Amino acid sequence: MGAVSVRNLCLNFGEVEVLKNLNLDIEEGEFLVLLGSSGCGKSTLLNCIAGLLDITDGQIFIKGRNVTWEQPKDRGIGMVFQSYALYPQMTVEGNLAFGLKNARVPKDEIARRVARAAEILHIEPLLKRKPAQLSGGQRQRVAIGRALVRDVDVFLFDEPLSNLDAKLRAELRVEIKRLHQQLENTTMIYVTHDQIEAMTLADRIAIMRSGAIQQLADPATIYNKPVNKYVAGFIGSPSINFIDGQLEIGSDPVFRAGETKISLARYQFSGNGPKPGAVTFGIRPEHIFIEKAASDQPFQAEVDVEVIEPMGADTLVWSRFNGSELRFRVDGQHPVKKGDRVMVGFDPARASVFDAQTEMRL
Amino acid sequence: MASTAIDYAGAPAEPLPQELAGPRGARPRRLLSRRNIFLYGTLTVVAIYYLLPLYVMVVTSLKGMPEIRVGNIFAPPLEITFEPWVKAWSSACTGLNCDGLSRGFWNSVRITVPSVILSIAIASINGYALANWRFKGANTFFTILIVGAFIPYQVMLYPIVIILREMGIYGTLTGLVLVHTVFGMPILTLLFRNYFASVPEELFKAARVDGAGFWGIYFKIMLPMSLPIFVVAIILQVTGIWNDFLFGVVYTKPDVYPMTVQLNNIVNATQGVKEYNVNMAATIITGLVPLIVYFASGKLFVRGIAAGAVKG
Repeated sequence: MGAVSVRNLCLNFGEVEVLKNLNLDIEEGEFLVLLGSSGCGKSTLLNCIAGLLDITDGQIFIKGRNVTWEQPKDRGIGMVFQSYALYPQMTVEGNLAFGLKNARVPKDEIARRVARAAEILHIEPLLKRKPAQLSGGQRQRVAIGRALVRDVDVFLFDEPLSNLDAKLRAELRVEIKRLHQQLENTTMIYVTHDQIEAMTLADRIAIMRSGAIQQLADPATIYNKPVNKYVAGFIGSPSINFIDGQLEIGSDPVFRAGETKISLARYQFSGNGPKPGAVTFGIRPEHIFIEKAASDQPFQAEVDVEVIEPMGADTLVWSRFNGSELRFRVDGQHPVKKGDRVMVGFDPARASVFDAQTEMRL
Repeated sequence: MASTAIDYAGAPAEPLPQELAGPRGARPRRLLSRRNIFLYGTLTVVAIYYLLPLYVMVVTSLKGMPEIRVGNIFAPPLEITFEPWVKAWSSACTGLNCDGLSRGFWNSVRITVPSVILSIAIASINGYALANWRFKGANTFFTILIVGAFIPYQVMLYPIVIILREMGIYGTLTGLVLVHTVFGMPILTLLFRNYFASVPEELFKAARVDGAGFWGIYFKIMLPMSLPIFVVAIILQVTGIWNDFLFGVVYTKPDVYPMTVQLNNIVNATQGVKEYNVNMAATIITGLVPLIVYFASGKLFVRGIAAGAVKG
């Protein structure tokens, strides 16, 4: 059994099923990200693990101990909140020491742990200040420190960077990752709706939708082999292109949309292999090449540029392919303009094919 | 046009052609505009309307009876005398006692102080429990409490007399303190509940993770954060209880009458000469406590009301 284990967890708010028979095993020292759009139940799940919400059914184990009925303070967890949730009337030092004082830790031990956390997080000069005198980034550091001093095995982060501006968010993201590497054997569970945070931080990502986990895998697998259409559309920015069509099986499996045929000879079908019928073909904008690079790809087509969105490093191009929208990225230096006709190409082996009915990956 | 109007960074602005040189900068304000005259005129009239009675009271209380009989109630006193004030405080007669308002003042203090402390202490804990620890039946309990705030006092007057009698505290200060505490509960609980509900929930969660319990969170987190709402509650209760007449006259006996009841007995005495100056002085003395409370804490009062009403 891992560091945190959730068994058949159900949570109902009255008639509403918020979490549905959810199972999750997290290894010791793992960084797990719960990712999903708002209302998917990811923060609720975190609150259940923390013991801040009473569950309807199921069990929660932390470090092999059944903590289903334990109080939050007895679960060996530290938690960091989106709004920082620092105690406004206490100094930074008071905030860090509050939990330890409640646990009746001896004074010299408190001082030692506060000093260590302050050093790790570079907040030593701020110890005597009140939270109101700190900037957003400093506040979040203190909030992390409050979890750190408790010397716990499991850290829970509830969208900790969502209130920060883009630059600080990127800085603190790296710092959280560094912290995780520094604290060996510390398990971290991190809730976010930001896929960049999820991809950069996670050892594994659990993508949630309406109270159930859709896919639990490492970031590369989630990105390259999304288990269903929802996950494929959720991960990746700009999001994946979907083309509707038919899967036909001759000598090789072929995707046909209108007059266009794309050979799926090198596509790795999952499980039962290909079966003919209506499918959705997904290809990521980053995997589409143009012009010279396109000619090296197994499949090519010509499209008209409809809209361009220059973003500096690269330019996002919107075009149309067989009636479906097709987005792709070109180098920012490459000259493209509205109305151009460009040759695009991609490798169908990097695509994802989903059953049109069940939306599951084929 | 844009090329002349926009001042590019570093480049000095070119002089504008004549036709573009219109109004610029802050709009000029006239002191004696029609709007200002109406505004300040209305305010002044309303202020005089409210302050005039107070002026008459102060002026009359400083006059001797012969001067009052002349009948110029707006005229300032020719000879200032503090005699009426002294008499009102220490020797005016109410019924059998002739020791002035001082007896009632100390009675009122002994009623107000414990009632205020007790009612606020209980109501703040009620509000905290209702806002943060959503126990089973919390909403029902809260609804009952709110309904209690809308029941007219008159309905409950007599039943409470019976209850106090059975408890053996009818006619005592203890009984009155209990009544004030109970009747302050609905509105104060509502006040505190709404204030605590506006405190971010994550703060409460963080404290729970940090191992603070029901009382720990109340005393160490919630209390230090809620000074404004406590000031509001204190003002509401001090003025409410100090000014109370109905409960005072119903639930106490002449020995322990609060100041308001005693004031009524002085002013409405049907025998002897009406001593207007003493009556005025007595009334001002009685109203002094709520007045001082308002003046001392007006700013905090407004801040607390606003903090309770607006989230965040």
